[in-house]
Amino acid sequence: MAPQLAITLVFFYWPAGQALYQSMLRQDPFGLRSRFVWFANFRKVLADPAYLNSIQVTVVFSLATAIVAMCVALLLAVMAEKAVRGKGLYRTLLIWPYAVAPAIAGMLWLFLFNPSIGSLAYLLRSLGIAWDPLLNGTHAMILLVSAAAWKQISYNFLFFVAGLQAVPKTLIEAAAMDGAGETKRFWTIVFPLLAPTTFFLLVVNTVYALFDTFGIVHAVTGGGPGKTTETLVYKVYNDGFVNLILGDSAAQSVILMAIVIALTAIQFRYVERKVHYG
Amino acid sequence: MKFFGFAAGVAASLTLLSTTSAFAVTQISWWHAMTGANAEVVDKISKDFNASQSDYELVPVFKGTYPETLNAGIAAFRAGQAPDILQVFDVGTGVMMAAEGAIKPVAEVMTGVAMSFDKSQYLPGIVGYYSKPDGTMLSFPYNSSSPILYYNKDIFQKAGLDVNNPPKTWNEVWEAAKKIKTSGAAPCGYTSTWLTWIHLENFAAWNDVSWATQQNGLAGGDVELKINAPIFVNHFQALADLAKDGTFKYGGRTSEAKQIFLAGECGIFTESSGGLGDIVKSGMNYGIGQLPYDSDAKGAPQNTTPGGASLWVFGDKSDEQYKGVAAFFAYLSKTDVQEYLHQKSGYLPVTLAAYEATKKSGFYDKNPGRETPVLQMTGKAPTDNSKGVRLPNLPQVRDIQNEEFEKMLAGQQTAQQALDNAVTRGNAAIKEALEN
Repeated sequence: MAPQLAITLVFFYWPAGQALYQSMLRQDPFGLRSRFVWFANFRKVLADPAYLNSIQVTVVFSLATAIVAMCVALLLAVMAEKAVRGKGLYRTLLIWPYAVAPAIAGMLWLFLFNPSIGSLAYLLRSLGIAWDPLLNGTHAMILLVSAAAWKQISYNFLFFVAGLQAVPKTLIEAAAMDGAGETKRFWTIVFPLLAPTTFFLLVVNTVYALFDTFGIVHAVTGGGPGKTTETLVYKVYNDGFVNLILGDSAAQSVILMAIVIALTAIQFRYVERKVHYG
Repeated sequence: MKFFGFAAGVAASLTLLSTTSAFAVTQISWWHAMTGANAEVVDKISKDFNASQSDYELVPVFKGTYPETLNAGIAAFRAGQAPDILQVFDVGTGVMMAAEGAIKPVAEVMTGVAMSFDKSQYLPGIVGYYSKPDGTMLSFPYNSSSPILYYNKDIFQKAGLDVNNPPKTWNEVWEAAKKIKTSGAAPCGYTSTWLTWIHLENFAAWNDVSWATQQNGLAGGDVELKINAPIFVNHFQALADLAKDGTFKYGGRTSEAKQIFLAGECGIFTESSGGLGDIVKSGMNYGIGQLPYDSDAKGAPQNTTPGGASLWVFGDKSDEQYKGVAAFFAYLSKTDVQEYLHQKSGYLPVTLAAYEATKKSGFYDKNPGRETPVLQMTGKAPTDNSKGVRLPNLPQVRDIQNEEFEKMLAGQQTAQQALDNAVTRGNAAIKEALEN
């Protein structure tokens, strides 16, 4: 058997199979008593208003994170292209945040926006905004999106810079000679030609926001206040490892697995065909 | 020939090795969750125990936060690799109790090896919490704490409050907090850690009102929460009203509010006695009072319930290992060890003798306030309402309560609605946990 196949079997199919099996069991934390219940855990999870709320939270969070991270990165990349001096330094510095671990990024933003000691929270208060991410769900979500997006901006920036460099200068110059202004040139020439990069980043960012932000949620809000920032991944952790309801937690992770498979299929079958790769 | 001689020599030395290893020390593993000064206490106690005898070697291993340690223990048990001793926080007690096949009651460990075990040496309020309804002691109380009131004396002075007379009832706390806020002595009057533990579980015990049916879950069976009774509703409505103008400031679900108090933002603060270390370290001019009670409650103040953690022994270990565990627990119960633990960590002593000895040594005279948590816990014999609370899924029920409190403090619902929701959702979760 090929080694890569063995690795896939051991590290993917085996745990996935375990999760599937666990998702059809009702079990006490110690595994002393267990009952096979077929799909009862799935029915329970899908009928749980807290789970539906969690889906909604995840959609809002992922879209907001992806959009904010991409818009800011694109702006910075366009600016970087325009820079005449210190281009290299500017780019290098912008890549640094990518090296920061999600939990550390979360702690950093938590400190900045901590209602009692945070400097940015102080600034917001002096502007007359009653900043309180501990009790205000919207504020908590803004904080979370800021932290998650901030960490992803450098990655996106890197790809946008590369994408911008691939845009033929002749096209832009021709448009300029025809009298198209800077904004017009960007939206009609540069932006469409960036579509493959934008699409690739959209997928990467969405997947990042969906599955890679546990550390940030754990460090910043812990899913609160109420359940306003409990994402799907965080709920899997909370139900499984804090509340020790293993069946529900396994059922939720199987659902997440299905979502990943579906996303990948959509990406390959439909969207990838429609994007024009220059 | 030479080779055979060598082989025989190896065989002989191997036999020797295996026979000596039979006399070697038995290792006892202890997984714990203690950090900072409390971790030093664990290390010192272990070292001293190992030096005191030569049969057993206690090996303490740090496993992360309380929930992480509990999960590590559960995962290890499922993999057949459980440690001998596991430190489990108060909230995880119900989880451990429900796992009868996985653990060995401490009482059995102690008596099983022909060691005399006298339960009456231990503080009844603490031991009662870690025992079955029939009185069998299930785990060894290692670190127990009790919620108390701290106040900032400088802020009290500025607000014109009596520096030597901290508020005794909740109504007095509200009044003092309003005075602190309106006088401008501090931006907020009162804050608290652990709303669930302090304002529900201990509030119920201290005021001698029921938190849930079945002796708050200690008598077992299906439990129904009682936390939407008028006394709770009035209490939380008062908190919600004070939160509107910032007289009460919410810090978070666990001990985050400590920051707010340490920063001098609030004048009054309720928190575990185990949190004293950080307040001493900050150099604040602080005072300690007992946990406030509700002046409408007839029996108040009754007694508080223990927080902290206890040591559980896993089942299916060898007799030799149980002997080692029993020897360690006997060592841990010694008066001088308990005295050290109590004075160094701020946790309660678990034996009466250690409490008396600490008192005699003049420690409480030098450190006023350090006796308060002990007196709160042991002042009166516990009633059905004040032995503690126990559920198979207490962490989940506390989460539900916190979610409802947060909505209430954000002004989205009244105290009545919050507590009604907490009861409905909590009862449903308990029912489901029992089905598993």
